[in-house]
Amino acid sequence: MNHFIDTFFNAQQILATWPAILKGVVVTLEIAALVVVTGITAGIGLAVLRWLFGRWIKWPLLVFVDVARAVPPLVLVLLAYFGLPSLGVDISGFAVIWLVLSAVLTAFVEEIVWAGLISVKKGQREAARSTGLTEVQALLYVVLPQALRLAVPPLTNRTIAITKNTALGTVIGVPEIINQATTAVSFSGNATPLMMGAFAYLVLFIPIIGFGRWVEGRFAWRRH
Amino acid sequence: MDILFQQFFNLDIMSKALPLILEGLKTTLLICLVVIPLGILGGILVAVGSMAKSAVARRALALAVDLMRALPPLVLLILIYSGLPFLGLRLSPLAAVSIAFFLNNAAYYGEVIRAGIESVPNGQWEAARSTGLRADQTFVWVVLPQALRNVLPDLISNTVEVVKLTSLASVVSLQEMLYSADMARSLTFNNSPVVLAAIIYFVMLWPVVRIVSRLENASAK
Repeated sequence: MNHFIDTFFNAQQILATWPAILKGVVVTLEIAALVVVTGITAGIGLAVLRWLFGRWIKWPLLVFVDVARAVPPLVLVLLAYFGLPSLGVDISGFAVIWLVLSAVLTAFVEEIVWAGLISVKKGQREAARSTGLTEVQALLYVVLPQALRLAVPPLTNRTIAITKNTALGTVIGVPEIINQATTAVSFSGNATPLMMGAFAYLVLFIPIIGFGRWVEGRFAWRRH
Repeated sequence: MDILFQQFFNLDIMSKALPLILEGLKTTLLICLVVIPLGILGGILVAVGSMAKSAVARRALALAVDLMRALPPLVLLILIYSGLPFLGLRLSPLAAVSIAFFLNNAAYYGEVIRAGIESVPNGQWEAARSTGLRADQTFVWVVLPQALRNVLPDLISNTVEVVKLTSLASVVSLQEMLYSADMARSLTFNNSPVVLAAIIYFVMLWPVVRIVSRLENASAK
């Protein structure tokens, strides 16, 4: 039992490693915040563009969306990280993770918001237009708000799932939580940093998961 | 433009890497064959458990599910693969992947299947019981099939995520498709093998992704 505590919850190790883990937490939070803001903004933007100029952008948009949804994010990460430099684009691991996860989130958000948009009854748009609103006004003030309300629960779940992928950064050396933890393990030969890393994720994500559950209950809509 | 083709769509290198990548694909499919049925089974157990009479059991299970949902799958995998040897338990990469994905998938499938079970009206239970079926027979033959059908889009889209997740196994050097492709990349200093792997993933999953979109849009209309 003592050996177990020594290996997994070693006080000395905790004291020695916590600054590194904390640095990892900051990096993880930075990437997560950037991805959430970029992905949701771009995703809603694309859905709006598809609504307004559907004919022109539908096919290129669908190609992007389907590739981003069907190819594992780790494959895209490796492609961007090793591929872009060979095209003369110098890019950091941090930027690669941000870029790839944002693209993936954008694709999912676009599809979710689009499903929301087409589920808002046709009469809503027509009524809005007939009051003299322009097409853009009808979308922004009438249709989109209702669509977003429907989209909130799946959007929250998807955003959480993709934000957790920040851990993929460790594969290309981004010093986020699990990267700091595995580095510390290889220096110390002790498993305590791993437990600290896992603990850090739990502290970060359990409140977010709880928030997701709350949102799901709050915005629940029943299919008939 | 030329360098783009040289670096990413080099047919010569692709055809050389193809046998290795197909070998990896076999392992990827093997992982799927292990983790998808296990995950669905685990999900059914989680869903049944979340209807337990004991409030303590329900709370404990909900906590376990939340823990599994909060940990990124890669972190869970590294924890099991690098952590357990400290307990004297050295797992093969495939065993570590199976355990990590089972824990992760059971939590996610569990949520989906629970929603499905809740969507089956109570009358179904009552009618089935009144025909003389026992509770377990009612669940397996009446409730569960309807529950799974009701959440089919979510079930399928979760399965797509699981297939994509198998690429994480490359991190613990299980030689599945991404591992093989990445090995070929580092041997040839060329990105085409990874592009080829991406294309194979896309070809496998694209029809499924389309079906999910269609099902979701149909139920939204």
